[in-house]
Amino acid sequence: MSGRVSVSFRLNGSDCTAEVEPRQTVADLLRAMHLTGTPVGCEQGVCGSCTVIVDDDPARACLMFACQLEGRSLRTVEGLATGGRLHALQEAFDEEDAVQCGFCTPGFLMLAAAALEHDPFLNDDAIDALVSMNLCRCTGYGPIRRAIRRAAKEARRAP
Amino acid sequence: MKPAAFTYLAPRTIDEALSQLADAGGDARILAGGQSLVPAMAYRLAQPSILVDVNGLTDAPPLAEEDGRLEIGPLVRHQDLRRLSPQRPLGALLSSMAEKVGPWPVRCRGTFCGSLAQADPASEWALAVVALDVNLTLESRQDGPRSVPASEFFAGVMATTAREDEMMTAATIAELPGATRWGFSEFGRRTGDYATVLALALYELKGGRMTRVRIATGGAEAVPRRLSEVEEALEGSAPSKPRFLQAAELAAEIIDPLEDYQADALYRRDLVRSMVLRALQQTTR
Repeated sequence: MSGRVSVSFRLNGSDCTAEVEPRQTVADLLRAMHLTGTPVGCEQGVCGSCTVIVDDDPARACLMFACQLEGRSLRTVEGLATGGRLHALQEAFDEEDAVQCGFCTPGFLMLAAAALEHDPFLNDDAIDALVSMNLCRCTGYGPIRRAIRRAAKEARRAP
Repeated sequence: MKPAAFTYLAPRTIDEALSQLADAGGDARILAGGQSLVPAMAYRLAQPSILVDVNGLTDAPPLAEEDGRLEIGPLVRHQDLRRLSPQRPLGALLSSMAEKVGPWPVRCRGTFCGSLAQADPASEWALAVVALDVNLTLESRQDGPRSVPASEFFAGVMATTAREDEMMTAATIAELPGATRWGFSEFGRRTGDYATVLALALYELKGGRMTRVRIATGGAEAVPRRLSEVEEALEGSAPSKPRFLQAAELAAEIIDPLEDYQADALYRRDLVRSMVLRALQQTTR
């Protein structure tokens, strides 16, 4: 009754086609493709661990069906580093020890990457509001907000 | 935590969507932003056999300001309302309320009309449309479009008077006069989560007196509504702290509070008192 549907989209800059069941979410599809950088936490849109970037906006991969990706551009944490160089946010998370168990990290990275692309002049209040959108249960929000602040500074310096 | 199987339809026009809804005979749900429906499907509280994904509609009217009114089409996201000009009272009010709707990733996908159709009693938009006397357009293949005042749309917690073959295609809001003062306040335990109680206060200040007073609460009762007794108590008087306190007290008395795990009746009355007071105080900022 629900058959499989073919979906074509951009995945981290490359064209990609996949056969999906309609009930598969974007998070499910990424796991099936062995792109395990996007962890699946609550599966109900609360924790933010599976945050990815669809077109230019952050999206919770567990709240979007894979078939809805048709014609869109999807970015995951695997696409963050370019040319063998870590993204400024990844560098900053490392420098500030903003990673402990690491489960929530990709979600925070993608959320912050989308935010910095929208506004490289994120102030401290905006960073506080941003980190409150995703759940972390071990590192603590202090190092995460320091890392984002550091990366924001880097982003403003970049040509 | 995986949705049950369903048939996926992606109509390109509103007419096509309406036909698919009519043919489904009540087994279909509309998928817009999916920020409430998809979690419900993950829990299997919702198990539609057909999902009509309206995100690809090519003829959905966008957000438009014209002839003194704001028209909000079915695919207008919460985040789109953040971009309304704060120069006019309606734009300032809606963009300020939009900031309270979920976290940013949810605002980027969730839709204004979808939030109304969901009819959560604590929805910011459900409160706004009731307070602002908004007209909602519901369309079906059988009857075409019909206009429903927001006050007649909500039927209970997560329940509306819309039929299963109908889709909300627009919400139309009249521009507010320049002399409008407004205040909005909500209390929630967690940032970005649904509020427990929220309140909206509006009036026009004429000759130092409040006219066309509108006071509405959400999250307090099964459906958001205007509190006419409180409005009458304020109408024609000058805004002042004692008046506001009186009005907040009256609001707490007359509501018929919901009770749930978040708040019992007593606590909800307290929250109504505080939120109405804060909303009123904000009008004088």
